[in-house]
Amino acid sequence: MAQILVLVDHVDGTVRKTTTELLTLAARLGTPAAVFIGAHADAALGVLTEFGASTVYTVDVPGLGEYLVVPKAEALAAAVTAAGAQGEVGGVLISSTPEGKEVAARLAVTLDSGLITDAVDVQAGEGGPVTTQSVFAAGYAVTARVTHGVPIITVKPNSAEPVPAPGAEPPSVVPVAVTVSELAHAATIIERKPKAKTGRPDLTEAAIVVSGGRGTGGDFAPVEAFADSLGAAVGASRAAVDAGWYPHSNQVGQTGKQVSPQLYVACGISGAIQHRAGMQTSKTIVAINKDPEAPIFELADFGVVGDLFAVLPQATGEVTKRKG
Amino acid sequence: MKIVVCVKHVPDAQGDRRFTDDHTVDREGVDGLLSELDEYAVEEALTIAEARSASGEDSTVTVLCMGPEGATDAVRKALQMGADAGVHVCDDALAGSDALATSKVLAAALRTLEFDLVLTGMASTDGLMSVVPAMLAQRLGLPQVTLAGKVELDGTTVRIERDGDSATEVIEAPLPALVSVTDQINDPRYPSFKGIMAAKKKPVNTLSLADLGLSPDDVGLSAAWSVVEAVAARPPRQAGQRITDEGDGGTRLVEFLAGAKIV
Ligand SMILES: Cc1cc2nc3c(=O)[nH]c(=O)nc-3n(C[C@H](O)[C@H](O)[C@H](O)COP(=O)(O)OP(=O)(O)OC[C@H]3O[C@@H](n4cnc5c(N)ncnc54)[C@H](O)[C@@H]3O)c2cc1C
Ligand SMILES: Nc1ncnc2c1ncn2[C@@H]1O[C@H](COP(=O)(O)O)[C@@H](O)[C@H]1O
Repeated sequence: MAQILVLVDHVDGTVRKTTTELLTLAARLGTPAAVFIGAHADAALGVLTEFGASTVYTVDVPGLGEYLVVPKAEALAAAVTAAGAQGEVGGVLISSTPEGKEVAARLAVTLDSGLITDAVDVQAGEGGPVTTQSVFAAGYAVTARVTHGVPIITVKPNSAEPVPAPGAEPPSVVPVAVTVSELAHAATIIERKPKAKTGRPDLTEAAIVVSGGRGTGGDFAPVEAFADSLGAAVGASRAAVDAGWYPHSNQVGQTGKQVSPQLYVACGISGAIQHRAGMQTSKTIVAINKDPEAPIFELADFGVVGDLFAVLPQATGEVTKRKG
Repeated sequence: MKIVVCVKHVPDAQGDRRFTDDHTVDREGVDGLLSELDEYAVEEALTIAEARSASGEDSTVTVLCMGPEGATDAVRKALQMGADAGVHVCDDALAGSDALATSKVLAAALRTLEFDLVLTGMASTDGLMSVVPAMLAQRLGLPQVTLAGKVELDGTTVRIERDGDSATEVIEAPLPALVSVTDQINDPRYPSFKGIMAAKKKPVNTLSLADLGLSPDDVGLSAAWSVVEAVAARPPRQAGQRITDEGDGGTRLVEFLAGAKIV
């Protein structure tokens, strides 16, 4: 069976959940293998083994953190070539993050291979992996296939339930050497201002997202309290972000994060098309809005016409009571 | 300072976006416009050029668009906003091009132009792929600085700020460079009456594939390295249950979540 390479998304060796989703998808398509770029591959081996990676290609590029995507793209291209020497490569799966998409774009040019972005499902097909994408604000489902080169597919978070599948043997670790180009060092990160951690789950990975919009009037406390009672991430509409009420990194929508959690709760959000583009693939949608005509109700599985400042505290109390 | 802005003509998101029989986006039968996210790139280019011109440096903004005949509307809109000239790559063979082919054509067009800076939007509002900027930078061997929320230039370098999940980053690259900008960067201007009148006299150079030395075999649906096998309109999400809060809305909401086994 052909190898399906998964680019490992990690922070200093701590593997993100999306990578385990990709390994699960890879197992449907062929023999899962992982490409680990950077230092601390040792720290990642446990998880990669647990989720069935048969081979782990490691590429350590010094100074990776100082540069943008180019060194990663070149390292990945080298790993795909090295994997090709070990056996057929049937596809490359990458997380649909801004960085992941740029790495994928460059890999597609380098390998002259077809690229499909933002898949929400990938299945094995006769002519290679068949993807499903959700387009035009989730108005259409598109199935597609790469017809030339090594299929390069970026996959949205939460597209598969990670299933552990440890192999019979621990993965073989294959170090890959790469000399990155001079161009790779052209754009340099000269300063990084870290953001305070909230302790809440990552917005794109969270199983539950509670979002606030203009209807909060700038007071996100009831939104955050309800989110915390559910162990959820907090999102915001662009109106709330533009008003300076919540950080841009929490924006859900076309120009923010695209989320597809088990549950999405929209509080004081009207449901503009650009907002829908970021949340319409959520499994269950709940809306709280004062205005019975708000378009968000058209897609809500459960809608409460009411004031979020009354509804949310009561709901928070009820969740806490049930848990207690 | 010579700036080229890549702008795309897209189907209007407020209208009825759909696919044609060959599963490509219908670009003829629906209303189109300048991709909203590219307006931010045009605005940024104009702001930079105006500041440079004010300090005595000759500066020009050229917009570059690949698309069918109707796509001149997008070029025209950018000229109305204040860009100086347009380049429109238009050829029947381009229909159905994927991002790889699009970047090939735009790269070929950019090779015919002089520039210090190429600006793009963060994504096109129809495809939302966000891959063309990285592909262009790769093909042209330009430093790539994407998703800028702020752009500063001196004569030889560009410095941008971008808002990431875990940190805000400051990134620097030598010119010429390619920079994509987000919708956080500015508030795009509306064309003024004067701008609309002036745009009528601004030059738009229409180029064919042959003008760029490309063959029809390099582009279009037959050279797309991926194929859409099926498109299905999603049944619109069914509105579910809706209640009016009569003092028990929060409780009933949680009862629904419990019923759905979410809590
Ligand atoms: C290029 C572009 C990109 C965009 N990208 C995004 C994006 O990524 N994400 C995004 O969200 N938007 C995006 N937008 C903006 C989008 O068009 C809307 O303007 C925005 O989503 C509106 O936010 P909102 O629903 O919070 O505000 P509004 O539309 O003003 O809605 C507020 C809602 O709150 C309700 N409300 C008020 N008070 C209460 C209360 N006490 N209790 C309950 N309900 C109450 C009101 O009835 C109303 O329905 C984009 C727009 C453009 C042009
Ligand atoms: N056909 C096109 N003509 C000109 N610019 C384009 C075209 N397609 C994409 N771009 C540019 O590339 C950016 C990202 O597009 P995409 O990768 O399609 O999401 C857009 O915001 C434009 O600046």
